[in-house]
Amino acid sequence: MSTETIGPESAPATPANQHGYRDFRLGAFAFSRDEYFAHIVWPTGQHVMSIDSFLRALQRDIAWNFFYGIVNFDGVFGTTNHYGMVDVFAGRYNDAYRKAELDHLETVDTPVVHDVFVDIIKDWTNNGFDPFASPAETGSAFGVKNGDNDAAVTRERVTAQRMVGLPDDEQPRSDESGYPINRQFLDVPQDEPEVRAEPGYEGQIAAFSLKAYLSRSDVTWNPSVVSVCRDSLMCPTTEEYILPIIHGNDRAEWFIQLSDEITWEVEDRDTGRKRATVVMKPGDVAAMPADIRHQGYSPKRSMLLVWENNSSEIPELIATGKVSSRPVDFGE
Amino acid sequence: MASYETRFGSLSSYDQGQVVIIDDDPRNYAFSNVFDVASHARAFEQIAVAKNLEYVLAVERVEHVSPWRTAVHDQFALVMDGEVVFEFVDVEQQPEGTPEGGSITLADEPTGPPMGTVVARQGHMVLLPAGSAYRYSADVAAVLLLQTVVGPEVRFRWPQICQTTVN
Repeated sequence: MSTETIGPESAPATPANQHGYRDFRLGAFAFSRDEYFAHIVWPTGQHVMSIDSFLRALQRDIAWNFFYGIVNFDGVFGTTNHYGMVDVFAGRYNDAYRKAELDHLETVDTPVVHDVFVDIIKDWTNNGFDPFASPAETGSAFGVKNGDNDAAVTRERVTAQRMVGLPDDEQPRSDESGYPINRQFLDVPQDEPEVRAEPGYEGQIAAFSLKAYLSRSDVTWNPSVVSVCRDSLMCPTTEEYILPIIHGNDRAEWFIQLSDEITWEVEDRDTGRKRATVVMKPGDVAAMPADIRHQGYSPKRSMLLVWENNSSEIPELIATGKVSSRPVDFGE
Repeated sequence: MASYETRFGSLSSYDQGQVVIIDDDPRNYAFSNVFDVASHARAFEQIAVAKNLEYVLAVERVEHVSPWRTAVHDQFALVMDGEVVFEFVDVEQQPEGTPEGGSITLADEPTGPPMGTVVARQGHMVLLPAGSAYRYSADVAAVLLLQTVVGPEVRFRWPQICQTTVN
């Protein structure tokens, strides 16, 4: 394996290529695209991805600020979050690349990799293609350069500070605020809870309809924070088609299936060896342990409650063996 | 245009998925079902279905009127089935022995001013504000999923509620 730590500078992008897109560099990684594919080159190898898949993964990596743990764009390329620094890797979590010593990893200051990734997605996303939307609800990622879609690719992740619906916090969605009910959730009741505060207590008791809120989400596979109990974050999301990344956990993560069905393919985090398939139906609860990677498949748009512990101490606690990668102790 | 049916679960109608093991231990996934847990629970037991260090998600079956409770931190209740009426009272001082995490049942009726009520149905999320006293009730059995902290009222029954065998 080759590794490199690079400083605060990244190479400037080149002029547009014959397809209208710029090339980019991040340390020893080079990124280019043509009409159909993203091409990634590093000193010991090269890799190609369909451009729609690459942009969907890149969009989430940016919006989630590199998320918890590992964001595998596919079985070869991805990032690992060290919360201040980011590993950009190729083949690091692929058994064949590791054994052939063709993998490569660079550790980069988070703002540097963020800025390069933002430059890539803004340049490579054409007008009409929304990487956050389900494939059935957006235009094509393919072809020669055709405008841009900055409004879509610069969306910020919705994060309530206490709970959606409280004063000075995120608010429920509505037609008026630009969030119509999604085509696959037209049958979801839109009734809101009845909140009757006594005088002087307005805004101190609160409630909102989570299912109506989710039925109006315009994005897929993008958890947003709706309630906060210290470091405990409820992060529901609506899912359709395939999770565009393979998420490698650095802590246990919990899923509660609120509606419909998702199938999760679970692999060993470091080698990709298959471990399990988790089929989740409404009301099901499952943990993703801290030593796996997972990718979800949702045939119909579904509602998933992702529950996270946001503590920055967890990766170190697990790495040093102070906390088990297994989510619960059955002898408890 | 295609039509779609969105499926939610309930106490009276749920269908569990499963962990299909290839090369693993099913206990690594602590796989359970909210409605299955609630269907075997006594009213107002807080049974953990998810835990991450000091934090927990607990299932609670609501049937008739709960005791009054309080906690020093915010909690959130997601109604998974049924209709639940929440009542809130502003308590001036937390009772002695209120834990740093999780709720505690009050020995007596709270005496502070009423803050208000919330009527919530399936899919609604309700704030249980830090420092308030609260209780809830349901005429017909309902199910809550509580976002809280591990405390004296949370029960752990992983071997009983989770898939432990390879199907």
